[in-house]
Amino acid sequence: MLDVADLHSHYGRAHILADVTLHVGRGEVVALLGRNGAGKSTTFKTIMGLVKPTSGSVMFNGETISGAGSHTICQKGLGYVPEDRRIFTDLTVMENLEVGRQPEREGAPAWTVEKLFSVFPNLAEMRNRPGGRMSGGEQQMLTIARTLMGHPSAILLDEPSEGLAPVIVEQMAQTIGALKSEGLTVLLSEQNLHFATLLADRAYIIEKGRIRYEGTMADLAADEEVRAAYLTV
Amino acid sequence: MTNVSNPVLAVRGLSKSFGGVHAVADVNFFLDAGELLALIGPNGAGKTTCFNMLNGQLPPDAGSVKLQGRELVGMTPRQVWRLGVGRTFQITATFASMTVRENVQMALISHHKRIRALWRRTGDHYADEALALLDRVGMAEQAERACGVLAYGDLKRVELAVALANEPQLLLMDEPTAGMAPQERIDLMALTAGIVRERSISVLFTEHDMDVVFAHSDRVMVLNRGELVAEGSPAAVRADPLVQEIYLGAGSTFGSDEQPAATTTADAAAGGTHA
Amino acid sequence: MGFYFAQFLTGLASAASLFLVASGLSIIFGVTRIVNFAHGSFYMLGAYLAYTLVDAWQAGPFGFWGAVIIAAVAVGFIGAAIEFLLLRRIYHAPEMFQLVATFGVVLVIQDLTLMIWGAEDLVGPRAPGLDGAVEIFGELVPEYDLALIVLGPAVLGGLWLLFNRTRWGTLVRAATQDREMVGALGVNQSWLFTGVFFLGSLLAGLGGALQVPREAVSLLMDLNIIAEAFVVVVIGGMGSIPGAFLAAVLLGEMNAFGILIFPQITLVMMFLVMAVVLVVRPWGLLGKAEAAARPPSGAAEPPLRVAGGMMRWLAMGGLAVLLLLPFLTDEFTLVLLIDIMVFALFAASLHFIMGAGGMVSFGHAAYFGLGAYGAALLIKFLSMPMELTLILAPVIAGIGALAFGWFCVRLSGVYLAMLSMAFAQIAWSVVFQWYEVTGGDDGLLGIWPSEWASDKTVFYYLTIAVCGGGIWALRRILFAPFGYTLRAGRDSALRVDAIGIDLRRHQWFSFALAGMFAGIAGTIYVFSKGSVFPDEMSIPRSVDGLIMVLLGGVQTVAGPVVGAASLTLLEDFISRLDYWRMMLGAVVIAIVVAAPQGIAGAFLQLIPARWTGREETA
Repeated sequence: MLDVADLHSHYGRAHILADVTLHVGRGEVVALLGRNGAGKSTTFKTIMGLVKPTSGSVMFNGETISGAGSHTICQKGLGYVPEDRRIFTDLTVMENLEVGRQPEREGAPAWTVEKLFSVFPNLAEMRNRPGGRMSGGEQQMLTIARTLMGHPSAILLDEPSEGLAPVIVEQMAQTIGALKSEGLTVLLSEQNLHFATLLADRAYIIEKGRIRYEGTMADLAADEEVRAAYLTV
Repeated sequence: MTNVSNPVLAVRGLSKSFGGVHAVADVNFFLDAGELLALIGPNGAGKTTCFNMLNGQLPPDAGSVKLQGRELVGMTPRQVWRLGVGRTFQITATFASMTVRENVQMALISHHKRIRALWRRTGDHYADEALALLDRVGMAEQAERACGVLAYGDLKRVELAVALANEPQLLLMDEPTAGMAPQERIDLMALTAGIVRERSISVLFTEHDMDVVFAHSDRVMVLNRGELVAEGSPAAVRADPLVQEIYLGAGSTFGSDEQPAATTTADAAAGGTHA
Repeated sequence: MGFYFAQFLTGLASAASLFLVASGLSIIFGVTRIVNFAHGSFYMLGAYLAYTLVDAWQAGPFGFWGAVIIAAVAVGFIGAAIEFLLLRRIYHAPEMFQLVATFGVVLVIQDLTLMIWGAEDLVGPRAPGLDGAVEIFGELVPEYDLALIVLGPAVLGGLWLLFNRTRWGTLVRAATQDREMVGALGVNQSWLFTGVFFLGSLLAGLGGALQVPREAVSLLMDLNIIAEAFVVVVIGGMGSIPGAFLAAVLLGEMNAFGILIFPQITLVMMFLVMAVVLVVRPWGLLGKAEAAARPPSGAAEPPLRVAGGMMRWLAMGGLAVLLLLPFLTDEFTLVLLIDIMVFALFAASLHFIMGAGGMVSFGHAAYFGLGAYGAALLIKFLSMPMELTLILAPVIAGIGALAFGWFCVRLSGVYLAMLSMAFAQIAWSVVFQWYEVTGGDDGLLGIWPSEWASDKTVFYYLTIAVCGGGIWALRRILFAPFGYTLRAGRDSALRVDAIGIDLRRHQWFSFALAGMFAGIAGTIYVFSKGSVFPDEMSIPRSVDGLIMVLLGGVQTVAGPVVGAASLTLLEDFISRLDYWRMMLGAVVIAIVVAAPQGIAGAFLQLIPARWTGREETA
């Protein structure tokens, strides 16, 4: 469904992607693991058209999307949930959702505000609250809900557990599990291996802008050596 | 350890409300010389508000903050700094257009009240002292590089050297390992712990990474909705059922003792929602 | 009683146009983050277009209102076209380049308007159907004023509905906060931006068109209104449309009543109101503190290096050539060189706060002018010798900068730019209107150097000594802790505060210091010309300084000198031509689009690092 081939990109001076290749199949949850600054966010931003790749290609649903503007990519059904949430703090919950609203598309789970509120019950209780007066966990829920309003067939989820208390992270894992069972394809970036293990089918490990490992979560769990080399050092 | 006759920092009855909501309510604690005290709690529990009151950024509604017997309430952050209270930030704040050495020199120049010198080059002020501090945090080799091109972990070390420039008695560290890789965190905290012990500096730090908290703090305090709900040794706090309920959860998303590998990432950019 | 009420209504009526212009400026800034200097030009265009259309369709009230609406819509399209053709190319350029580029648009529109409508002021007809007056409390109030009084709140209400009750409005508010994220959620930002520009320009055009029955249409409208609109936006709070309304009413009333007491006092009152508002509410009446700006994505400036061997030899060589030139060239060239050195010092003083301090002053000419007028007045009224004025006049400029700077350093970014410009405009107005002391438009004449320095060659050497010495001193200060502290504050205000430095105070001193050096340049200037006119502290002079700094490159220490030389030579050349403003504007726009690093910056990229002592960045 999402095929990234030989992607190279430059972002500022320090973060450079070299030869990133990955594949996400329909309905899969795939984790992109790596430490801070390894290139996870840059990979996502490049796929999303927010950073222009210097070479390589991104295919989504059989179409080339690399080089297109981010709004075009979003309109093709690829949703993006940024790492730092980027809630519109002056807008209410309902208005935040409105910004994300797009026409429904075939072959993707359709969402209504009410359906989203059943997945994110907290949000239903604060429809008219400005985004700036929500807690970190609530904002994280809202940023995901906002992206779902575009009825994406796949989403890029950048470090959803970042900065959240352990107890909220557990909730988040359940919610993402629920989205997976709706048939949503997810590419998830994480530093938290425990969190990824709860959700993902397969994982890639990125380090210094290169993919260093690819395998199922079970393989990764068994591979002490890889974990030691890329995730803990 | 809690009950010392002559604490470095003594906080009594510290309170602050915003629009009728108690952000911090009647917080009391002591901090001993050379002690590392961790302050943990959910987002919005009042940790940042607490820090801001300790260093003078925010006036408390009530309560007192005493540094070696001297009242800090009512002082500006700069006055508090001059008395020997350093602060580090969640997100690194360095002078990107200066070299590592110049960053430390700026802190030394300010410490010696020379910021309005008009003639002699900045690079000639306190160069040896700056290098000595950088050497202590392992950054001497990169002294001439621009801060703007450093790796994140190295910036954190530079900040530590900067914080040491005014010979502080107390360091307030706001999520010192935020945004770092797991091993870097452990290294940085080990370095910090070493330095504070040899110089007998006290440290109060907030942290989201429970592995760092349980590995490096002498004591842990838990803040929830502005109130201190637990305080004690790391092991005792960890076993506290109330703390598990409000903050730690079932423990499935951070490392257990046997496996301190990957961990919950810290609050690098939690959005502006701290109460 | 009746008279005061009538005056009150006049104030409300004049607030309407001001509100329209200021709200448009605010809306455009909110989404595109561009402070559109050309916004005043849109206002002026609206007035000229409406004048022509009203003239053509005079029959009946529909003709008038039709003309006003068509003029406003036409200006909306012109604004959208400028956004589409020019601004789209510079959204990623630094803020100040954008400002300067839009000032290029101001120059172009000014000359185009001159070409089409001529230099004469045009007096439009009254609005048909509203050309009478109504008696209120025994005073006659023009019907047209009453219509404007109703129109202001109506537009305010309409804008509120648009922004809070429509999807488009929600998207615009979202984009005001984070336009990139709006794009990633599937919204085509380009069209959103163009739409916002259309709306903002339309409002400015409407404001201008509505003024036709009230005041003569002239070429001065653009800069006059933009300065006032900046004041409104600063007082009301950037991005707040109700704030703009409130501030426009406040200003309108102040003008209406101030004019009764003493016409000049309105300027001083404007200054005082702004001062009070900014002290009590730094972000304006209804404005909100700016969210911590995302760190600029561009690469950080490399550390300052003491000039390498080659550059040092170049500087020495340059100085030697300057010293020898009087033996080789004519007096005309010396005059040009004096100008260049004066402006090099002026630009260097601006660069000091702009480059190192990150404080972009859009009114730096105020201090240049204060130095020049200070010297002229000391000579005229106190018959002081030149030597003493060379010391005292810069001190006067420094004191002026100390007073204005106290307010300016409370703000940052574009707010600081707008406020500094408003102050400069106030200073200009005082000089322009206080005929008894400053000679107003006629200027002050006969300010010549002392006997020993009256020879051009001697004065040339004096200029080298004073301006060269000034530039050298600024450079020393830049490398000393004073300059480093200023740079530190620009890099991270948070960290500066955490190492015990009072940043605001330091910025304040720096602002005053820069003002003093600008004053030195102004003092030399007045003695080289023998006269001084209000133009020396006008907006175009301030923008000249900015263009010089930007031409030379903000991040290069030698830049201001290169920039001053280039611009002075360019202006010397093209000011002999017709419509030179348009050409200058086009050149400025071209430079911003083509070389955002400036000439010296681009040049530095080409020469080897070892020459300049730069560190190679990875």
